[in-house]
Amino acid sequence: MAIFVDENTRVLVQGITGRDGLFHAGKMREYGTQVAGGVTPGKGSQTVEGFEVFDSMHEAVQRTGANTSVIFVPQRFAADAIIEAADAGIKLVVCISEGIPVIDMLRVVSYLAKKGTRLIGPNCPGVISPGKSKVGILPGQIFAPGKIGVVSRSGTLTYEIVSHITKSGLGQSTCVGVGGDPVTGSNFLDVLELFRDDAETEAVALVGEIGGSDEEEAARFIKQELGKPAVAFIAGRTAPKGKRMGHAGAIISGSSGTAEEKVETLNAAGVPVAEEPAQIATLLKERLHEA
Amino acid sequence: MADVPAYHSTLQTPTLELCSSPACIFWPPLYLPSYTSFGVDFYVRQCENLTQALFGVSLRPKVNVKLLEYQAKGFFDRADIPIPQERLVLSGAQARTAAQEIDLPCVLKAQVGVGGRGKAGGVKLAHTMEEVESHADAILGMEIKGERVERLLCCHAVDIKQEFYASVTTDRTNRTLLLMVSPAGGVDIEEVARSTPERILKIPVDPLLGLQAYQTRRAAMFLTQEKDIQKQLASVLAKLYKMYVANDLSLAEINPLVVTNDGKVIALDAKVIIDDNGLFRHPDFEGYRILSADEKLEQEAKGKGLSYIKLSGNVGCIVNGAGLAMATMDLIKRYGGEPANFLDVGGSSSPEKMIAAIDFVTRDRGVRSIFVNIFGGITRCDDIANGLLEATKDAPLPLPVVVRLTGTNEDEARKMLAGTSFIPAIDMADGAKKAIEAAGGR
Repeated sequence: MAIFVDENTRVLVQGITGRDGLFHAGKMREYGTQVAGGVTPGKGSQTVEGFEVFDSMHEAVQRTGANTSVIFVPQRFAADAIIEAADAGIKLVVCISEGIPVIDMLRVVSYLAKKGTRLIGPNCPGVISPGKSKVGILPGQIFAPGKIGVVSRSGTLTYEIVSHITKSGLGQSTCVGVGGDPVTGSNFLDVLELFRDDAETEAVALVGEIGGSDEEEAARFIKQELGKPAVAFIAGRTAPKGKRMGHAGAIISGSSGTAEEKVETLNAAGVPVAEEPAQIATLLKERLHEA
Repeated sequence: MADVPAYHSTLQTPTLELCSSPACIFWPPLYLPSYTSFGVDFYVRQCENLTQALFGVSLRPKVNVKLLEYQAKGFFDRADIPIPQERLVLSGAQARTAAQEIDLPCVLKAQVGVGGRGKAGGVKLAHTMEEVESHADAILGMEIKGERVERLLCCHAVDIKQEFYASVTTDRTNRTLLLMVSPAGGVDIEEVARSTPERILKIPVDPLLGLQAYQTRRAAMFLTQEKDIQKQLASVLAKLYKMYVANDLSLAEINPLVVTNDGKVIALDAKVIIDDNGLFRHPDFEGYRILSADEKLEQEAKGKGLSYIKLSGNVGCIVNGAGLAMATMDLIKRYGGEPANFLDVGGSSSPEKMIAAIDFVTRDRGVRSIFVNIFGGITRCDDIANGLLEATKDAPLPLPVVVRLTGTNEDEARKMLAGTSFIPAIDMADGAKKAIEAAGGR
């Protein structure tokens, strides 16, 4: 099973003629992902490094039957690219681009909900189901097929933690980087719901960080509904006090966004929190053994 | 109001050197209608509120521009939200002139980015011209939570019948816009949220539809029973929402939003935070940034593609990725060391970036060692090694540098650094321990 992406994923790369788009299109193809082509408005009707380029998502979807897109376009075009993908019938959009204005993201998220299109990101490393498909910029070589679902708000920290999981002999069912922006298309809760229903996922590793209240929401869900063991890591325990925000978040959600509070909430929900990245694998093994 | 010099247009040049003359650009005459009458219940409190550093919590590179009160009031004025008569002043003498124009009594308010200025003595009520000048002189130059007061807002003090709270912000968890109002204005709204949450009304606003008229009426009715006041409140809330969306804000807050004895609704204080991601649509907003010394450094780093935040420890950190950078700081602390900074070199790894990173970290004289922690996924380890060698080609390393390189092309990178003075580490934990030791131990 796995979640979000698998053997049936057919990807279009939005912004395929850009430096990053083309580089990662190649990396995805190398990993075994079915890359159906790409879109750059005004640069259609050509082939770059074996990838067919289209002028619009509508045309590309019609011609290739793609069901997924990954976005590498600049900040000011990214929201438009997401909407274009959804209107073209794409079911999963992974947005690597960062810097989309929050107001635009709110509108995009609201619109996508009506269209039934799922969004991962923006400002995320993407999603990978090891051995099946990779959509995004995650380095394929550190992953191994297995039964741990990983969900994270960061990029390289995810790699760090995944590498420990892989080294310990445990592999991953799917690994999702939801992105570090204030408003993202999918949050921990959305991903945990899918992990709950995924037969291949036997345990979950959650990689959070200070700010917002996603970890607190996740803790509640894990305790009440996940039905599988979960462990966590929270980055930012030493973040300076002056740099903390949280206030508006605090009014809305009743939490302050600090690492201490997140660790406490997770522990209270029966989720052990690793003191350092290397401990994640040990905690996972303990929890799997108990379960 | 349309024919008066635009209030906001004077706020975009934060350089203080320009302001020695009373005729300078910081001295905008404002001819706003007076909604005030002399009363006894003057607003002199300055409350901490929810906006202290909205969205700044995480160490991720987004540093949203948070405006000072007088700048925020400029936004309000443009949005046609009523504010008191007020002037920005830079000296006691200027305050006196201002007070003559706007009439006594006046409230003198320190313009600082930190909260709690009232408690720190940064807000004072003056009944006489002598008091205006002496209070102004006392507050100017005062330090509030480490921030020196350089600007003062001299506002006509209004008599207050009621104080409300109102804000528009983004609800991250529910991914929607939110209008919040409370009849418990003028106090710490977080405290209200904790102790009497039923006194805050939160209205989610669909970002595709925008704020509906019934929603403003509902909010107004939650605040008061008086029909005339309800109308004024609904109008202010609609304008506040419009201003929020049009300017790509993260927060637009009025606390307190007051009703005066003669039944006028006025925004006595203003908080505005701009969403950094939206800045490209408002290039003129860049000028609103008033930076502290540390923030100037952060801004300079940002210009070189680095996210840098200075801390107080002695182990300098150079890391790729914000999450990993935070985790690196945590690990150093966990092993008994003190991180000197947060530094995310981002995704690319050009030699120039590494040179700039080393430059930033070593400018901090407290730094005794550096820990370079790279997990190369897209970033290639040999690129990082190249950068390190390049950065130290002409001048020897000023400090011990511990290097952990894992991931793409790590073997090549290791070979390149073999035989140099860089201290290799096998993993993140090993690197943190070695860097702490090199900095002089625990």
